[in-house]
Amino acid sequence: MTSGGDNRARLLALYATMWRIRAFEETALAAHRAGEIPGPLHVSIGQEGVAAGVCLNLRTDDRITSNHRGHGHALAKGAGVQGMMDELLGRAGGHCRGKGGSMHIADFSVGMLGANGVVAGGIPIAVGAAQGLRLMGSSAIVCCFFGDGAINRGPFLEGLNWAALYRLPVLFVCEDNGVAAFTRAEAVTAGPGAAARAEALGVPAFGVDGNDAAAVDALAARLVAEVRGGAGPRLLHATTFRLMGHTSTDPAAWRDAGEVAAARTHEPIARMRARLLAEGLTSKALDAVEGDARAEMSQARAAALAAPWPDPAIAWEDVQDIGAVEEPAR
Amino acid sequence: MTDVTLAEAARLAALQEMRRDPRVWVLGEDVARGGLFGQYRGFLDEFGPSRVVSTPISESTIMGAGLGAALVGTRPIIEMRIFDFVMCAMDELVNQIAKIRYMFGGQARPAVVVRMPHGIWRNSAAQHSQMLEGWFTHIPGLIVVTPSTPADTAGLLVSAIRSDDPVLFFDPKNLFPLKGEVPDTIAPIPFGQARRMREGVDLTIVTWSAITPAVAEAAEMLAGRGISADVLDLRTLWPWDEDAVAASLSRTGRLLVVHEAVTTSGFGAEILARMLERLGPGAIRAAARLGQPRVPVPFAPPLEDALKPDADKVVAAAERLMRQG
Repeated sequence: MTSGGDNRARLLALYATMWRIRAFEETALAAHRAGEIPGPLHVSIGQEGVAAGVCLNLRTDDRITSNHRGHGHALAKGAGVQGMMDELLGRAGGHCRGKGGSMHIADFSVGMLGANGVVAGGIPIAVGAAQGLRLMGSSAIVCCFFGDGAINRGPFLEGLNWAALYRLPVLFVCEDNGVAAFTRAEAVTAGPGAAARAEALGVPAFGVDGNDAAAVDALAARLVAEVRGGAGPRLLHATTFRLMGHTSTDPAAWRDAGEVAAARTHEPIARMRARLLAEGLTSKALDAVEGDARAEMSQARAAALAAPWPDPAIAWEDVQDIGAVEEPAR
Repeated sequence: MTDVTLAEAARLAALQEMRRDPRVWVLGEDVARGGLFGQYRGFLDEFGPSRVVSTPISESTIMGAGLGAALVGTRPIIEMRIFDFVMCAMDELVNQIAKIRYMFGGQARPAVVVRMPHGIWRNSAAQHSQMLEGWFTHIPGLIVVTPSTPADTAGLLVSAIRSDDPVLFFDPKNLFPLKGEVPDTIAPIPFGQARRMREGVDLTIVTWSAITPAVAEAAEMLAGRGISADVLDLRTLWPWDEDAVAASLSRTGRLLVVHEAVTTSGFGAEILARMLERLGPGAIRAAARLGQPRVPVPFAPPLEDALKPDADKVVAAAERLMRQG
């Protein structure tokens, strides 16, 4: 058991990670509105508790796969902020050299194997990474993030069956925000949902309030230990709420304003703040966490804005070694 | 040198490479039982179930898991059993494998070989007979390999397994029993080098994969009629040996591309277009394509035979070309 002080430190770490994610995405939204970020931007505001709680239990050499709403997963896994912000702004210094953007954030140096523009696209990749890690004699595990929309795609069934069949070290994390793009999950999902489907495939599933980062942390700690210990895959089913629209340009006007207002009272950062205050931390200390996160992200935005665009010549690079087409003389 | 079937040549090449590099492994349906064509016979005994993985019939995950395993440093051979099944794994192949290196700015190297036995074989009808190799030449990031002999299959498979780029390896199904010599130590054959099957001066015939023996037969028949064909087996469609085709066409002035795939929008169209761009209309007296009509492959033998290109159709096409210019 952790002592009170250790526990407070852990809660504070969760709080800080959630604020870094929130501040990154609020900064990105502002930058998008200002025309600094081109292309689609999917933010996870309101869902930070899941990424923070799960990734606190992962080692750097553990791998994650993510989805189109992946900023939080990347940040919580330790991806470099400047590389992320540069990538969103399409700059040369981005993790993907400006070739991926928000939807394809990856930072292999910290085991972040990539966001994915295709729903459920990361699931087969995650199980294969786990199979490969085992073949290479590694003790690292793979954590696979996806949303409730992904459970209606074939790779969910295939991937969970596969992971259970080969007892692979994969922690599946279903972030169930109740909405697939513009459609409520319940309107397109038959049966009792992700956990029951996982159990039917032989993957033990455990539910948690995804807006309670401490509860996510506690459950993830147990499941990561089981997965790393060779027990086979597990599914962590976290219920949460997407406070914003599907993309930065979607006002989600089809939702009742009262529903969103009510959800705001349960959002994970406010809840953790209340808990930390009850644990004896001061408002001032907690405000500083928020302030630091906001400062870090606005600094990253400013630095990205000042950073150089990629040289158009690199558009021709990293296609393939053999059979690559050459840039015509200009 | 040993005289072996094309299937055995493929087996020997994969065997050599799996012995050479412990990161190489194979996954796909029934591979632990030797594979549908015996290409993996004996692999389970030698390499064990962690490197010879018989999988569920889950094409998306066979493909995607191969990619994931490559991202952590292994070098998987992804066996699709029959080409047509890759349609169930197109997201993983086209959106993920082909894009991931570029999209992530070079962080990922998807060193996978996807083996897809393709083409008409034993009256298997419309869903087990397709040749769509041309599709994949359209997708940046992929290498497309289409061998037609045991030696080329072996050497190109060695190159494919050693490649850091993702390679689509189209085994010619109906040529698996074809015999030929394979060296005891299989050296890699570089991608993008055509093999001259026959030298000639009157017309250039460019071909690849399963139809190749019929083209050889046709060239022999044409020789009997006084027409000398210069015949090239491209062996790989991306990259492809544009220089060899251009050099031959510059000499003969006539170009016939023969493939088993549907003619419309097949890779023959690309070859004709590139040669026109590169050599100009003045250098080309006549050019034509011969392939399947734009019709699904039918089941009954007389129907299948009616549509499939064969030696007689190649001869007729070549003679038409000679009359044109």
